[in-house]
Amino acid sequence: MRAFTVHSGLVAPMDRANVDTDLIIPKQFLKSIKRSGFGPNLFDELRYLDEGQPGEDCSKRPLNEEFPLNFPRYQGASVLLARENFGCGSSREHAPWALEDYGFRAIIAPSFADIFYNNCFKNGVLPIAIDEATVDRLFDEMYADEGYQLTIDLERQLVITPTGEEIPFDVDAFRRQCLLEGLDDIGLTLQRAEAIRAYEASARQKSPWLFDVIR
Amino acid sequence: MAGQTLYDKLWQNHLVEQRDDGSALIYIDRQLIHEVTSPQAFEGLRLAGRKPWRRDANLAVPDHNVPTELRERAGGVAAIEDPVSRLQVQTLDDNCDDFDLVKFDINDVRQGIVHVVGPEQGATLPGMTVVCGDSHTSTHGALGALAHGIGTSEVEHVLATQTLIQQKMKNMLVRVDGKLQQGVTAKDVALAIIGKIGTAGGTGYAIEFGGEVVRELSMEGRMTLCNMSIEAGARMGMIAVDDTTLDYVKGRPYAPAGEMWDLAVAAWRELHSDDDAVFDAVVTLQGADIKPQVTWGTSPEMVLPVDGQLPDPAAIDDATSKAAVTRALAYMGLDASSQITDIKLDRVFIGSCTNSRIEDLRAAAAVVKGRKVASSIKQALVVPGSGQVKKQAEEEGLDRIFLDAGMEWREPGCSMCLAMNADKLGAGEHCASTSNRNFEGRQGFGGRTHLVSPAMAAAAAVAGHFVDVRQWQEAG
Ligand code: SF4
Repeated sequence: MRAFTVHSGLVAPMDRANVDTDLIIPKQFLKSIKRSGFGPNLFDELRYLDEGQPGEDCSKRPLNEEFPLNFPRYQGASVLLARENFGCGSSREHAPWALEDYGFRAIIAPSFADIFYNNCFKNGVLPIAIDEATVDRLFDEMYADEGYQLTIDLERQLVITPTGEEIPFDVDAFRRQCLLEGLDDIGLTLQRAEAIRAYEASARQKSPWLFDVIR
Repeated sequence: MAGQTLYDKLWQNHLVEQRDDGSALIYIDRQLIHEVTSPQAFEGLRLAGRKPWRRDANLAVPDHNVPTELRERAGGVAAIEDPVSRLQVQTLDDNCDDFDLVKFDINDVRQGIVHVVGPEQGATLPGMTVVCGDSHTSTHGALGALAHGIGTSEVEHVLATQTLIQQKMKNMLVRVDGKLQQGVTAKDVALAIIGKIGTAGGTGYAIEFGGEVVRELSMEGRMTLCNMSIEAGARMGMIAVDDTTLDYVKGRPYAPAGEMWDLAVAAWRELHSDDDAVFDAVVTLQGADIKPQVTWGTSPEMVLPVDGQLPDPAAIDDATSKAAVTRALAYMGLDASSQITDIKLDRVFIGSCTNSRIEDLRAAAAVVKGRKVASSIKQALVVPGSGQVKKQAEEEGLDRIFLDAGMEWREPGCSMCLAMNADKLGAGEHCASTSNRNFEGRQGFGGRTHLVSPAMAAAAAVAGHFVDVRQWQEAG
């Protein structure tokens, strides 16, 4: 996984509440057995005027000119500013894969759905929850200022605005560490193999019906 | 010290180790696997040269992509017409063969929607930790299990280590007191709860459902309720073990038997919140107040009782919700302040992991028996949740009732719940659906979904628009 330490980038809006993962990446693209290549289909139903199909060349499709991500001013954005309950619905990890593949490194919103939030960390995308009033203000600043950029410093847990204002955010220690170092958490867990085996030995004693059943 | 909640007990029982940074390593008893969210996980194992930690903890079944028409289904995987779907189902088969995991083939009578199959086979049991790369894994909490959806990276993590790194959730009790009215079902309770707390109301919580209404629900009803916990924002919903649970589990293929059963039951009897357990949040509803529910918008919280009137954005002050309501009305092609019963339907879908169990099909059949689907309805699909459900329904003659009414009787799978196969809505079409998500495009590009109970969907199929199934039943 790509490490995340400090990132500065152009900010783009996704200005609606309850953006679900079906909207982030529609189901027809979930048929892929790969982990990459979802970027062109991020927000597919909003970005294009037609219905997208997997494997199709998106550069030839009619764009929805009213969708902000298609505005010239947001091209190259890497920070997404969003509203509450972002990423609700399906657990599809294709959602952070699509965001990452498109080029987003961080998403700022008042709140995130649990599974999506978790999935982001596994893919080098940092979800940042900050209070609604501050998010409102960031939206205003972004709309007012073409080329609006934010800097995100994960080490110091700060979002830094162009005026130098520092907005602190919370992130739990374990996820932060994994992201800072780009760690493979399976490898980390396997270092605890002995503890897992010890647990299994006692569980087998206590609840033998849980073992050797599906074969 | 205060007593423990059911969630606390399940967590405690599966704790491998607690870490100083607040995270914990949790042991996973059962992983269910389907074709959509697993290919990249198996690929990850392969690239790292890893093997599944415990092959007998996993069970795989294809469901999301499978065709539901017998014509296409009969030929097995090779006959799936959509090449991308075919490859995905084939990949699941190949991966299970490569890694030596048990899977049900698409024409195995045990095949079905993963959340119908798990409990039905006794593959998910009380007291287990159950995960699947699918958010509706919350369904299995109905058995008194700690069950939740995970992403593909975590599918790989569980395959490789039999554990997950987790943070403990807060506890929420949702209590539904009293009794339900005739014609009001678990689906209506689930939608009413979401209407009350919102789609983010349960975020950060593990929900336990309790109260007299919940205690009196069948296992099928409890699964419907827990299934939609995720639509209330909670990764997991669960219900204490009681005789209803034990009666359901007993005799299932993978359930313990004989002495092992007695041992298990003794442990399962402890799976309830202690009387003095403390919840971080408590929500209560009165069963008698709940009417049949219908969603009108593009989020499950946009729900009303069947006699309700749609909102008017002009009357909403908050800018974000005003915008959301305006956009939802436009997407759904509905007028502000119109009546739910005025919504005309094009298609009806009875199925999905929310409502495709035998009890759901019985409820729908009871409504359409001896009646015909309205001529204005283009299609009314009934898709059983598993081969076993299909078989039982046919033994009870339910298939004949549906077919005589002019409905289609299909092979098991996810079908029009998310339209990854050929079953979809056309743009602009309204569908009365027993599934769980009414998001834009969920059932097909431009499709318009209204979430309802099986009885309400069946009544809507006959009437051509939404009707109050309570009056319908009185009319006989
Ligand atoms: S029936 Fe629908 S919600 Fe359930 S697992 Fe299948 S696609 Fe997901």
